Amino acid sequence: MRLSRVALILVPYLWLLVLFFAPFLIVLKISLSDAALAIPPYTPTFKDGIAALISELDFENFIFLTEDDLYWKAYLSSFRIALVSTLLTLLVGYPIAYGMAKAPDEWRATLMMLVILPFWTSFLIRVYAWMGILSNEGLLNQLLIWLGLISEPLTILNTTAAVYIGIVYTYLPFMILPIYAALDRLDTSLNEAAEDLGCTRTQAFWLVTIPLSKNGIVAGSFLVFIPALGEFVIPSLLGGSGTLMIGKVLWEEFFNNRDWPVASAVAVILLLILIIPIVLFQRNQQKQQEAEE
Amino acid sequence: MRRMSWFNVTSLTLGFAFLYLPMLVLIIYSFNASKLVTVWAGFSTKWYGTLFQNEAFLDAAWVTIKVAVVSSTLATVLGTMAAYVLVRGGRFMGRTLFSGMIYAPLVMPEVITGLSLLLLFIGIGLDRGVLTIVLAHTTFSMCYVSVVVSSRLVSFDRSLEEAALDLGSTPWEAFRLVTLPIIAPAVISGWLLAFTLSLDDLVIASFTSGPSATTLPIKIFSAVRLGVSPEINALSTIMILIVTIGVVTASLVTKRNAVRAQKDARKAERAEA
Repeated sequence: MRLSRVALILVPYLWLLVLFFAPFLIVLKISLSDAALAIPPYTPTFKDGIAALISELDFENFIFLTEDDLYWKAYLSSFRIALVSTLLTLLVGYPIAYGMAKAPDEWRATLMMLVILPFWTSFLIRVYAWMGILSNEGLLNQLLIWLGLISEPLTILNTTAAVYIGIVYTYLPFMILPIYAALDRLDTSLNEAAEDLGCTRTQAFWLVTIPLSKNGIVAGSFLVFIPALGEFVIPSLLGGSGTLMIGKVLWEEFFNNRDWPVASAVAVILLLILIIPIVLFQRNQQKQQEAEE
Repeated sequence: MRRMSWFNVTSLTLGFAFLYLPMLVLIIYSFNASKLVTVWAGFSTKWYGTLFQNEAFLDAAWVTIKVAVVSSTLATVLGTMAAYVLVRGGRFMGRTLFSGMIYAPLVMPEVITGLSLLLLFIGIGLDRGVLTIVLAHTTFSMCYVSVVVSSRLVSFDRSLEEAALDLGSTPWEAFRLVTLPIIAPAVISGWLLAFTLSLDDLVIASFTSGPSATTLPIKIFSAVRLGVSPEINALSTIMILIVTIGVVTASLVTKRNAVRAQKDARKAERAEA
């Protein structure tokens, strides 16, 4: 093996080992340590050798997590919020992707750019934009009162509903793009054939278009669900104190309570929960690739 | 030309209104004279004035740009190397772990990445500041770069490289003279992606920055936690405008190049005929 090839492999490899893999092991280790006045070093340390390390590890922090119902409520509510907002994003995103796929060819590049543009715009600012709209004196309430639909302002900001709006808004491009890619490849003659054989347009849509765009729907749903599960910015700006999400709990455990071992344990469990959708996603991608080959 | 059904026109109109109205509202209210963000009190540009006198914001903006330039450049070099290793590297020990480490950061929640890096920096006694933010940003954005670059590397014809090697160039020359020019568009978009990711990052920067260096997203976040402020509206407007101009210019350039390439191809065809 030539030296240059070794160097080429080693540089990115070592970088990731030191700055991605090792930190993850540290989190794992601290999650199994005793809180020693919330400052390092934690017991056990690596200095005393592996045997001492293993004998001193304890699951105290994980047991603590099961005893306080705040944590499992937060996991459960994150899961529910991520799931519901993924479905909402699909409901909003599918018609847009469908409209794009049916648009005249000369519009498509522009429409595509209009979908991607918000992705390049700051995430934080896009979430912040909703704070002014959803507040009690905000534009949405002003509009609803002016229309005579309500007489008293609704409380939307600082509720879970605001978190749904925030997630749907910021993750919408992730849903639209894969569905558009699937619909764009679709052969319209299949729909025509279905209509010739007696389907109505709506039936053809449900029986032909939706099943053929399944891959796009699945990919888009994972692309929204996975990051939404660990979301921190949206619940802390739009959600108020009543919205429990695990990313926010981890942040507060770390920065407000300074309980590092518990924060690390929260992180480890979050990762374990995330592994399931990620593995499912990878399987789906693999199947798709095999189908294409 | 196909005519679009009313349903498609409506869903596109509503969809794009949903995507763009919030940002439009933000821009309009940045010109509001009133300090109360929800009451319109006439047109004014005074918040832009106070913004440019706010040194905390200007300092943070400068730190953010420095971090983004350095980390996206580093990430592009490392990410391109990683992509090359993944696609062309063949078999080597620990290849599975390597590709796992490339893809895992893409789906890792930011709170976990931030927490783990902070614990590492404290563990090795590195003072938190610009350096630690750069290290953190380089790590997660190199993974995005390598995904973008490797998709381009997979699709290109390997025999071009082999031809260069057969004709006597060293592997480095073959890479520099043949491979790099072909994958250049992917490398550039990888850099841009890394740059935007770094500019935009709040969570990881919050964990890895110290009192000596704060980035703009951290400043914005701590300001908007207290509520909506007209200065932040002005700042957001400037950022939205810069991005819009950048993206629109880039897409116009790409379009013009595509049109030119088409013309050249047609000319070549005619010459052959």
